[in-house]
Amino acid sequence: MRSNFRREPSALDISSVLFFLLAAGVVGAGAAVVTLRNIIHSAVAMMICFGSLAGMYALLGAPIVAAAQVLIYLGAISVLILFAIMLTQAGDANLPAPFHRQGPVAVVVALAIMGLVGWAVFQTDWGLAGEAVAAGVEEIANAIFTRYALPFEIISLLLLVAIIGAIYLARRPEEDERAN
Amino acid sequence: MGIEGYLIVSALLFAIGAFGFMARRNAILMLISIELMFNAVNLSLVAFNAFLPPESNAGAVFALMIMAVAAAEVTVGLALVIAIIRTRQTAEVDQYSDLKG
Repeated sequence: MRSNFRREPSALDISSVLFFLLAAGVVGAGAAVVTLRNIIHSAVAMMICFGSLAGMYALLGAPIVAAAQVLIYLGAISVLILFAIMLTQAGDANLPAPFHRQGPVAVVVALAIMGLVGWAVFQTDWGLAGEAVAAGVEEIANAIFTRYALPFEIISLLLLVAIIGAIYLARRPEEDERAN
Repeated sequence: MGIEGYLIVSALLFAIGAFGFMARRNAILMLISIELMFNAVNLSLVAFNAFLPPESNAGAVFALMIMAVAAAEVTVGLALVIAIIRTRQTAEVDQYSDLKG
């Protein structure tokens, strides 16, 4: 086993500092999401987590993924979730207990997942992994529209199906009867 | 920072999301936890793409496609959750116990 942490002589260069700040943002905000009692606060912590992840993608040299993260997760999904919370939660008075009875079991399972993946990461020899290589917008665009053109088209079909399904599910039953 | 750092952050985020999905009682928060797990997998895909560059940037393309699928998933999932909350008047998943024998 060999560690890449030791390979860089200057541990305090700007990208390492950025990495640790963003990692703290991702993990801290993620922990806040699942522990905060008020679900609105959870949603705001989720937005912080997604924003830190966008920074991490930029740090990894994938600006198009960072831009998509900001557009799709920060822009669309977060707003959708906030709307859903506002439509369904009746004020923040007398909040119920946030966790199930099986909370301790969930902690054990999550720690097991973490331990297993962490063990696998540190057991693997990452000899082939060098420095981070940037994935340019042009190369990704070429890949999407040539090699991955069929999955791209299938995704547009999937999105159409999802839109129709969401509209069908969101319709109120009485509007259904009026239409007939 | 090497690839291990990113993979550890990804594993931590996935474990946090799995914990939230299993332990929280609110249906919308379970959906948010699923999003956290999606993002954890995306982070590891982009990290692999950067440190072990595959042919034609497959990792970054996969991450973009996962984002589109996640958008579709959250659209239908939230519509379902809102429909359930509207009929049952509660967001607590342990109240949805009609199928309990």
